[in-house]
Amino acid sequence: MYKYNDFDEAFVRERVSQFRGQVERRINGSLTEDEFKPLRLMNGLYLQLHAYMLRVAVPYGTLNSAQMDRLAHLAETYDKGYGHFTTRQNIQYNWPELKDVPNMLSDLADVGMHAIQTSGNCIRNVTADHFAGAAADEIADPRPVAELLRQWSTDHPEFQFMPRKFKIAITGSENDRAVIKAHDIGLRVRDRDGVRGYEVIVGGGLGRTPMIGKVINDFLPEADLLPYLEAIVSVWNRLGRRDNKYKARIKITVHEHGIDEIRRLVDERFAEIRPAFTGVDQDMLREIEAQFKAPDFKTASTDGYEAARLANPAFRSWTDTNLTEHRAEGYAIVSISIKKHGATPGDATADQMRVMAELARKYGHDELRISHEQNVIIPHVHKSDLPALYADLRAADLATANIGLASDMIVCPGMDYCALATARSIPIAQQISTRVEELDMEHDIGALKLKISGCINACGHHHVGHIGILGLDRAGVENYQITLGGDATETAAIGERAGPGFSADDIVPAIERLITGYIGLRADADETFLEAYRRLGAAPFKAILYPEAKANAA
Amino acid sequence: MPRAFTPKVITSNRLLEGDAVWFTTQNTWSGDIQDAEFLTDEAHADLRLLEANAQNGIIVGAYLADAKMGEDGPEPTHFREEFRTRGPSNYAHGKQVEKV
Ligand code: HEM
Ligand code: SF4
Repeated sequence: MYKYNDFDEAFVRERVSQFRGQVERRINGSLTEDEFKPLRLMNGLYLQLHAYMLRVAVPYGTLNSAQMDRLAHLAETYDKGYGHFTTRQNIQYNWPELKDVPNMLSDLADVGMHAIQTSGNCIRNVTADHFAGAAADEIADPRPVAELLRQWSTDHPEFQFMPRKFKIAITGSENDRAVIKAHDIGLRVRDRDGVRGYEVIVGGGLGRTPMIGKVINDFLPEADLLPYLEAIVSVWNRLGRRDNKYKARIKITVHEHGIDEIRRLVDERFAEIRPAFTGVDQDMLREIEAQFKAPDFKTASTDGYEAARLANPAFRSWTDTNLTEHRAEGYAIVSISIKKHGATPGDATADQMRVMAELARKYGHDELRISHEQNVIIPHVHKSDLPALYADLRAADLATANIGLASDMIVCPGMDYCALATARSIPIAQQISTRVEELDMEHDIGALKLKISGCINACGHHHVGHIGILGLDRAGVENYQITLGGDATETAAIGERAGPGFSADDIVPAIERLITGYIGLRADADETFLEAYRRLGAAPFKAILYPEAKANAA
Repeated sequence: MPRAFTPKVITSNRLLEGDAVWFTTQNTWSGDIQDAEFLTDEAHADLRLLEANAQNGIIVGAYLADAKMGEDGPEPTHFREEFRTRGPSNYAHGKQVEKV
């Protein structure tokens, strides 16, 4: 019943050639759209407002420079010269033609990439902390487990026709950068007296009914992971509401049955299936871990780096925002902002992708990451290489120093591309970040998570933004609803609706009032927007957003 | 009393290119909404939709969209349909540049 699917080259090639045949048969009329649609969705191909869209998986967000180069090649050859990095750690191409898609998949297969299981009611691309293997605060690199889960779930017979899609995220640190509490299953690596295990969180999710996941097991021994997850999925497979797609996600199952009942059922099922897991999976895991071995870190003087910081204020500002502490001495994690002010969040041109690939080759041990915050990361850079790397980024227009700040927004494609959208999100984001730059205040404002979705599906994670914006269609006009106080980290929270929505013209001034008004509310310069919100509650923020209401009440 | 029928056009996306197209009186598909057949009668519109969807080897999933008559032919009334006649707002891509 349980069998490893070696996710190797032959498997991907086979899928590409199957899909090539399916596309041919759709084009020559032997397949109807009803027959073809599930097949294309399984290969990551959507039909959007203006064109097809191909979604390419970047498993646990990790890729090498050859793969990034290949993404650039696809953008140039089959698209309009760019690609869109998304919050699911994948990349989307907005303009492919149907006949080209098999070639795109074949080009991807050349570098070990694919678009399989980026859609449909299956276990999706497992996401991991984008600083995995590099972060100073990490207990263990979560990617080997993410890879194990991927191999286990891919084409697993029990998990192909589930009530709904299923998303797993994993973090190896106390600090949650993978939004694990907003996934169907969230895993956090733990260490208890030297024994490795996981905290297992279940039933989180965003979308129409946002929920923060609940702890089903606070310490699951490492070797029990696969049978335990299989038990969860199988309990949900049985109880999950197939009658109503809006109630089908496990968050609803957990909500309806209660976490204690789900825990009991999972334990029961776990006891049944645990004996079938003979430890092969743990041997597998050890093998996978070997593939994720850390690079050979070098030692060098960081004097040049410190001198460059002193000499060049722009460089210093960039190092202040775009670097994160690395676990290796002398190293830093570099976040490349794909959020230039006024540009489309997450979009990179083919040339920019090549520059990033080259930088990873030259300075980054050939490794790159895609973050769910729609930025690109070079996880291992020695500080002595940072001045040169920064100069190359500047030349490629990739040196925006705004990571974690107001203009570093998560933004879904919205009605500029997405067929499900109820309003646009990209132009709102462009206007906000342009305004933020004009005000030149974002460094003073400090840590702020602004997130925008173009419909209730919440791909832009607006529920967990400190400030969330949801675009709706109100009687045939775009309307934007603000939520406040959301949090995507280990202290996760769903934002609360602030009040009536704003028109497309009024939303940007409303956001400006909010972020400038916060400065007057904070206790001191170190109190972030979220901290101030938690201390003061919603009232003063609402008063800023709706000054008329306050005047009327007075 | 039957409620008034809001005029419609039939629209879809092309199978090969995926771009938005509109159904004409000639049973062809045009990239320009102004070429679309303007449907003011509900029963006729439903019949035409069946005929449009029969062309499933050329298009993917036709549907009726609200429209109004302008000077040069049908025009969209809802912003979503308007965007489909133009393309995205963040780049000069799609119909806004392809339709010269
Ligand atoms: C453009 C084509 C897209 C389509 C058709 C699409 C469709 C959907 C749908 C229908 C859902 C709701 C699933 C549910 O019922 O829970 C969803 C959720 C989600 N999408 Fe997308 N999406 C698209 C693009 C994106 C992009 C570009 C991103 C990343 C920026 C993204 C990230 C997500 C995330 C994170 C969720 C999870 C919300 C949850 O936890 O429930 N999607 N998507
Ligand atoms: S949130 Fe809605 S509009 Fe945005 S990408 Fe998801 S489905 Fe599309």
